[in-house]
Amino acid sequence: MVTDTGGIDDRSFNQSTWEGIEEFAKENNMTRGDGGYDYLQSAKDSDFETNIKNLVRRDFDLVFAVGFKLQDAVKTVATQQKNAKLAIIDEVVPDLDNVTSIMFKANEASYLAGVAAALESKTGKVGFIGGMEGDVIGGFQAGFQAGVAAADPKVKVDVQYAGSFGDAAKGQAIAKRMFDGGADIIFHAAGGTGNGLFTEAKERKKKDPKANVWAIGVDRDQYDEGKVGDTNIVMTSVLKRVDIAAKDVSKLTKDGKFPGGETITYGLKDKGVDLADSHGAISDKTMKKVDEFKAKIVAGEIEVPEKPAKK
Amino acid sequence: MSKRWISLLIPVVSIILGLLIGAIVMLATGFNPVDGYIALVNGMVGDSYNLGETIRTITPYVFAGLAVAFAFRTGLFNIGVEGQLIMGWLAAAYVGYAFDLPPVLHVIVAILAAAIAGGLWAFIPGLLKAKLQVHEVIVTIMMNYIALHVVNATIDTLSDGKEKTETIHTSASLGSEFLQSLTDYSRLHWGFAVALLAVLVMWFILEKTTRGYELKAVGFNQNAAEYSGMNVSKNIILAMVISGMFAGIGGAMEALGTFGNIMKMTAFSGIGFDGIAVALLGANQPLGVLFGAILFGALKNGGLNMPNEAGVPVEIVSIVIALIIFFVASGYLIQLILNKLVKKDTKTPKVDKKNVKGEK
Repeated sequence: MVTDTGGIDDRSFNQSTWEGIEEFAKENNMTRGDGGYDYLQSAKDSDFETNIKNLVRRDFDLVFAVGFKLQDAVKTVATQQKNAKLAIIDEVVPDLDNVTSIMFKANEASYLAGVAAALESKTGKVGFIGGMEGDVIGGFQAGFQAGVAAADPKVKVDVQYAGSFGDAAKGQAIAKRMFDGGADIIFHAAGGTGNGLFTEAKERKKKDPKANVWAIGVDRDQYDEGKVGDTNIVMTSVLKRVDIAAKDVSKLTKDGKFPGGETITYGLKDKGVDLADSHGAISDKTMKKVDEFKAKIVAGEIEVPEKPAKK
Repeated sequence: MSKRWISLLIPVVSIILGLLIGAIVMLATGFNPVDGYIALVNGMVGDSYNLGETIRTITPYVFAGLAVAFAFRTGLFNIGVEGQLIMGWLAAAYVGYAFDLPPVLHVIVAILAAAIAGGLWAFIPGLLKAKLQVHEVIVTIMMNYIALHVVNATIDTLSDGKEKTETIHTSASLGSEFLQSLTDYSRLHWGFAVALLAVLVMWFILEKTTRGYELKAVGFNQNAAEYSGMNVSKNIILAMVISGMFAGIGGAMEALGTFGNIMKMTAFSGIGFDGIAVALLGANQPLGVLFGAILFGALKNGGLNMPNEAGVPVEIVSIVIALIIFFVASGYLIQLILNKLVKKDTKTPKVDKKNVKGEK
């Protein structure tokens, strides 16, 4: 597996992919290193291709490239080395028999987060912090906004992008502005930038245990990031089960059924995306509503938009 | 020991010291330094693929180093190489895919566009410095951030919300199947030839032209230069622009060689900032910059192989590489120590003689 620039311990999808691979390795008694499983981290964009090639040259049966930024590198390596088997997460590399593309309908789970946020908000205002503008994060935003609008059209969504996935200070500044502006629940899809949201919310909770501030995490269950004494400011998290996907594809490859040339999309239906346990932060009444919407999405009655409406 | 020996000894001693301390760091963190260094060397020159990738990594460092060094030589601190470089990257990528031109011409036009973009970006701090005495360090640093966000916003507009621009036409590419076949599909491209040319150009401008002499004179002493009839503000602006042009072409190497497009950046590429260290390592001399860039690029690319082959984590690799560069950069310190040692050597016999005489 090759990480993007977020690194292996990004508490987000790099880490999640690795956890899936580790789990698969454990089940199959594999050891770390040649002939088993391993990862390489990328510090710069120019490292992607070198890292993928290094792993291919070490004869790994399957190499995961994590993140849309690795698309070009995957395409190049796959074209040059027909025997290599590659899988890319969050991006589609079409028309190559030796590449599997793994996509997530993050907009569906974000929709549910939007529903929950709209119904739980006491101030009638919620926030969304995005990392970089674009198709991937746009999906989170679109789903969240649509969810809020569906549950309570009166609730306003304050949207702001940080322009970075690694700038926690900026995330905190944006969160501060949003809380000051009257938002009480903020959803982030901003990787490391989102850590600033947790810091800000926790500080407010520490100063005033009755403060009505909530954060919604992303990719992994970020409940552990939100602990303040006995309470927690993480309402729920929009899960992207990259670990499940990584395990699935590894298993298929092992059984000789590598889904090359295909795009596998994980949605609410196949539990590839979901909301995390709220640990009681979301009322039963809201949860019931969320489950109703969830059933409708799974049944195909609601089509969640993939792109935010143009301003 | 003669002076000549010392000047040869300094870089060798610095590198050995850096390697030693790096080895201690690896030992302390539970990794085998011998395996680590073998992996490092393999990653630099172990096979044709790694050699190709190493040369590719070196190429933009040469330009970044030249840009910083050129400004230094003319008395300016251009900390904005990073911003000028990504502006050049964007310009080259745009010309590369939006224009239809015959093969060689296309590359030249794209590189020129990058030079102009980088030059323009450096023109602003140059102008502010020359006309209003605004310190160029502050302006160039801030211009980096402006460049980063301008570039991201422009990519967004050009690509209609996508993460990167279209790929450049093959007519604009510096890549070559010949070089790739030599190096087992590495991303080695003709940019290294352009880089060597740039080293020559900088040497020529500074050492062989009147303009270069003026630029240096302004750098040494503005008042004296003005007194002798030189146009100081014009020379300051020109120095910044030329420096920015080197940086811009460095960006073109990434656009036309390594990537073939430009992606939205969440952080700086770091090449421009490393260029400061490259320039200092090379004592701001064109040839020195080339060697500095080779050291930097080789370590960076070789370092990638350390986690791959020896299992040393990237964080430790960064520390080890930083240590090696640190010791090479502090060559002056080692020179001082060596000089002291030599002086002692020459003093001791004299004292002995006196003693001998005294005894008589």
